[in-house]
Amino acid sequence: MLREEDKIFKNLYGFYDWSLTGAKSRGVWSNTKEIIEKGSDFIVEEIKSSQLRGRGGAGFPAGLKWSFMPKDSGKPHYLVVNADESEPGTCKDREIMRNDPHLLLEGCLIAGFAMYANACYIYIRGEYYTEASNLQKAIDEAYENNLIGKNACGTNWNYDIYLHRGAGAYICGEETALLESLEGKKGQPRLKPPFPAGAGLYGCPTTVTNVETIAVAPTIIRRGASWFSGLGRENNTGSKIFSISGHVNNPCNVEEEMGIGLKELIENHAGGVIGGWDNLLAVIPGGASVPLIPKSICDKVKMDFDSLKEVQSGLGTAAVIVMNKSTDIVDAICRLSHFYKHESCGQCTPCREGTGWMFRMMEKMVKGSAQVNDIDKLLDVTKQVEGHTICALGDAAAWPIQGLMRHFRPEVERRIKEYRLGEVA
Amino acid sequence: MKHPGMINKVYNISDEIFNWSEDNFKRASEIIKKYPDSRQQSAVIPLLDLAQRQNSGWLSKTTIEKVAETLSMSYIRVLEVATFYSMFNLEPVGENFVQICRTTPCWLRGSDKLVEVAKEVSNIQLGETSNDKKFTIVEVECLGACCNAPMVQINDDYYEDLDEDSFKKILTDLKQSKEITKGSQIGRQTSHPQREKNA
Repeated sequence: MLREEDKIFKNLYGFYDWSLTGAKSRGVWSNTKEIIEKGSDFIVEEIKSSQLRGRGGAGFPAGLKWSFMPKDSGKPHYLVVNADESEPGTCKDREIMRNDPHLLLEGCLIAGFAMYANACYIYIRGEYYTEASNLQKAIDEAYENNLIGKNACGTNWNYDIYLHRGAGAYICGEETALLESLEGKKGQPRLKPPFPAGAGLYGCPTTVTNVETIAVAPTIIRRGASWFSGLGRENNTGSKIFSISGHVNNPCNVEEEMGIGLKELIENHAGGVIGGWDNLLAVIPGGASVPLIPKSICDKVKMDFDSLKEVQSGLGTAAVIVMNKSTDIVDAICRLSHFYKHESCGQCTPCREGTGWMFRMMEKMVKGSAQVNDIDKLLDVTKQVEGHTICALGDAAAWPIQGLMRHFRPEVERRIKEYRLGEVA
Repeated sequence: MKHPGMINKVYNISDEIFNWSEDNFKRASEIIKKYPDSRQQSAVIPLLDLAQRQNSGWLSKTTIEKVAETLSMSYIRVLEVATFYSMFNLEPVGENFVQICRTTPCWLRGSDKLVEVAKEVSNIQLGETSNDKKFTIVEVECLGACCNAPMVQINDDYYEDLDEDSFKKILTDLKQSKEITKGSQIGRQTSHPQREKNA
């Protein structure tokens, strides 16, 4: 279990003051100038050796990503913070933005400086109204106290942070769709390459990073990369906010060490599964996009990127959706298929047509009105969508269905047979 | 289901021409300054939001034209943004725009029951606006407050940790134009695991 003194988010639940005074009492903005004076290379190296992996879902090494930014491109550089938190199950960035916004802002300055950026846009989902309003107040406070703006923190570095509210589109959490949206267009993903580090916002070098990744950076540098990499295990280091929702007694967000056992996480922090651990049916361990895992795997699995990959799932955003035996598991996944159909941006055909087709077929699976060989047909379609779309939304729509059939195929077949019997009778 | 943010046509309901209020004109100018010179198109989403707020929660054809004119954009570029994003309503909505989250984490904790409560109290179906213009009720996809499920958004605010009784009370109070408390309805501090604030 993560020790209290190793927690990065000391005001995760908003029990204390989130304004600048409160943040400073928790050590935020304490020696930002010294950190920046150590230079860009130092910051990037420190993040690299902490082995911090991106907290937005893909788990790409953060230091490596930051190092992709060119040194002298002759163009403005941008840091864009992805606060378009919309992955079903995930509600962690929300707590950072409304309860500890200065932690994020300090991270923006340090990370932005490390990638030679003078401007940062925070793209927050439009529905987060309170969060946007707290964050804007924090930005204003930071300007008033010269922490950002001209000569930020007395470092001779000019740094502006702007808040930009979205307007309700899951796809804008995809980095290039987010950039399109920020440029005032429909949020449809771009083809890659070019990658944002080469040509991103307004065609300039840009890095798009999740809120949590940026917010943990100052603490990592302050306490040292080896402190952070001492938590968790090789390649899966540090602590992480887990969002536990669904059939648990006390749903909550909690910061824990990477690699904590799933059972331990649910029992120690979320008050256990409703009806007891034996009443567990399945868990979606990393937000809607990752395949579910049945109880037999949940018993032993550890919550980190590599352990979950080994069981053909993923850590994603670490949003743990718990389902007990009262759940109609086929309908649970069908709802997710509806979500992806609704959120597909419509740009490329496999996703636009595929998500709709998969949802309609899943509806039949819920009722049982499909044919048994439709299961293979459905799986075949998921394989044809996966990997053949411009962005990862196609993959995200395919994986939950694949996970369902991998572990609950007998249940789907049973429904189809029962429906047939009903028809004959 | 019909959702005012998910339709693809625009129209006016009167001959009135939309003009920025003095305050909003100032706000719009401030917003545009956030973006580099010649990149003012970036302000299209914030400006549509501002226009929607001024226009009682929806975007008519003339409001969209006004935003296009303000940003020197062609009308179609603004229109496609207005139709793409679900938060822009292209037809009038009630005084209380009630959005019930339907995605799996909320559904597991009983969002279906909330839909029934909403229909009962407002006496309308999903996607409709009540005759007294008090309510528009819609189902939406994940609103990102899953640890406080089930939840709904009413206008700008989130109402969390709901059950049938607390949601019914909220809607009844709104019907009578009473004040309601936002956030968790069981007295929980944000997404803290304890159910009581001081436990």
